[in-house]
Amino acid sequence: MKNNGLTGKLLSSPYIVWAVIFIIVPLGMVFYYGLTDKTGAFTIDNVTAIMSAEHAKALWISLGLSLISTMICFFLAYPLAAILANMNVSQHSFIVLIFILPMWMNFLLRTLAWQALLEKTGVINNILAFFHLPALNIINTPYAIILGMVYNFLPFMVLPIYNSLVKIDPNVVNAAKDLGANRIQTFFKITLPLSIPGIISGITMVFIPALTTFVISKLLGGSKILLIGNVIEEEFTQAGNWHLGSGLSIVLMIFIIVNMAASAIFDKDGEGSLL
Amino acid sequence: MKSRMNKIFFLSICMVLFLFSAGCGNSAEGKNGEVIVYNWGEYLDPEVISLFEAETGIQVIYDEFETNEIMFPKVEAGATQYDVICPSDYMIQKMMEHGLLAELNFDNIPNAKANIGAQYWDRSKEFDPENKYSVPYCWGTVGILYNKTMVSEPIDSWSVLWDEQYQDNILMQDSVRDAFMVGLKLNGYSMNSTDAGELEKAKNSLILQKPLVQAYVVDQVRDKMIGNEAAIGVIYSGEAIYTQRENPDLEYVIPKEGTNVWIDSWVIAKNAPNKENGEKFIDFMCRPDIALMNFEYITYSTPNDAARELIEDDDIRNSSIAFPDLNQYQNLETYRYLGEEADQMYNSLWKEVKSE
Repeated sequence: MKNNGLTGKLLSSPYIVWAVIFIIVPLGMVFYYGLTDKTGAFTIDNVTAIMSAEHAKALWISLGLSLISTMICFFLAYPLAAILANMNVSQHSFIVLIFILPMWMNFLLRTLAWQALLEKTGVINNILAFFHLPALNIINTPYAIILGMVYNFLPFMVLPIYNSLVKIDPNVVNAAKDLGANRIQTFFKITLPLSIPGIISGITMVFIPALTTFVISKLLGGSKILLIGNVIEEEFTQAGNWHLGSGLSIVLMIFIIVNMAASAIFDKDGEGSLL
Repeated sequence: MKSRMNKIFFLSICMVLFLFSAGCGNSAEGKNGEVIVYNWGEYLDPEVISLFEAETGIQVIYDEFETNEIMFPKVEAGATQYDVICPSDYMIQKMMEHGLLAELNFDNIPNAKANIGAQYWDRSKEFDPENKYSVPYCWGTVGILYNKTMVSEPIDSWSVLWDEQYQDNILMQDSVRDAFMVGLKLNGYSMNSTDAGELEKAKNSLILQKPLVQAYVVDQVRDKMIGNEAAIGVIYSGEAIYTQRENPDLEYVIPKEGTNVWIDSWVIAKNAPNKENGEKFIDFMCRPDIALMNFEYITYSTPNDAARELIEDDDIRNSSIAFPDLNQYQNLETYRYLGEEADQMYNSLWKEVKSE
């Protein structure tokens, strides 16, 4: 192992360079802008601006919508992951492929596709109209945003849960059955606790992107519902106030760090990691 | 084993160096240098760039922005040195006031004064009082695009955007100044107002309107109107011509309360590394045949009178959308830069509307 120390360092050097340029430096800039005003003097006003009525409301809506989406993702993903974990290799790899396939397409394109599907004159409503069924009017409402979040982030919930489920030793489950536990007891006492690392990891990977998204609310919400991601984006692109945008980003980072810390505590061995 | 490790290490270092050199270097320079152009997205016929490069031997490095507000801090920070930029009216004024623009040497741009109509130079004086810094490239109005199959009554006023029968059928512009322009004009105020009371009233109008709005959009208003998704939309005149081509049911009007007459102009940055090449580029853009190519590609009105003469289709050449007779309309204005304080007021009021 000791020999590997040096080569290990050398091998990791490209990544370290990459991380410094593209992660550490930008992060430092966010903190610099977030904690200064236009004259360059130190201030925390940009961070405390989250308390103002509009920002707090946007954060609140974001938290609400991303929590709902995370819950829906969980309840859809867990049974699916369980079914996948019980299949043999050739069957499940096909289904996993079906799940991963859309992820090869650009996220923006997929969201735009949902817009084309859900629009008043969109594909779904044309089909409904053909069968004389009432139209589906969820485009530009919070429901469409939740749908977009669930659709885009569901694979991030399925894969970690699946990973943690396949790692459960079948003998543990068999032992529980031997000792007289019925299926429900086995599930709640054995399978579920053992898959918690995957669940936590899945929740993190769905909740954080859902909390910070601004594209989904723009494309599917018609920009009528202001999420905290939209507020930050507009500070950069429209209002030209990078300081306030960075300050609000710092607030979001606090949520991300809390979330990551939670997942680190529950998932010490990195069991539920995606790959 | 060790030598293999060294090889891997060597290769990875090479990769990093390669990525770096690809990022910073520019080995394939044109024989007469280069010009760095910063323009709006989809705002130029790409073929024009190839023609310019072939004729002058100047290599064009082309970059695009989405909004004036994204462009400004990049130019101000000076991290990337641009030569030629294409901001809008009020932003040109702001850049002038911040000392970011260089005076143009019109001796190098003979096509500008020769081909661009006097009325556009006059209008440019609103933001560039001596016509020293900017050369008009595109202009237009902001108005209402409506679908004749969904709207029966004649439309001539912004107030239709507050008409409850069009609930969920209205598309509004998702940008501060354009949204407030509508709100201010509806109430009979100037769209360059900095009066807190007037802006408050405009804000209240916009909040009142929000339940009727289907979506706040920028470029998407084009596709949504073509696809019959909404009955009424606020749109830039340049887009209107394109939408009519795709969907003949659409009609464009300039509301009677007045609207924004905007101009996007070429300017040269103060710290431009290739100022003369930049002026050559602007001159090339003012050539009638080139201006015509651009007009046909992007359909935004050209201030180039000589190019307009070359348009073959009579309907387009005399189109009241592309080339309206501005004297017919009242209360037409051009955006002015209102200063930082007013900008902040606009932005926070707009946030109140959006979070309502």
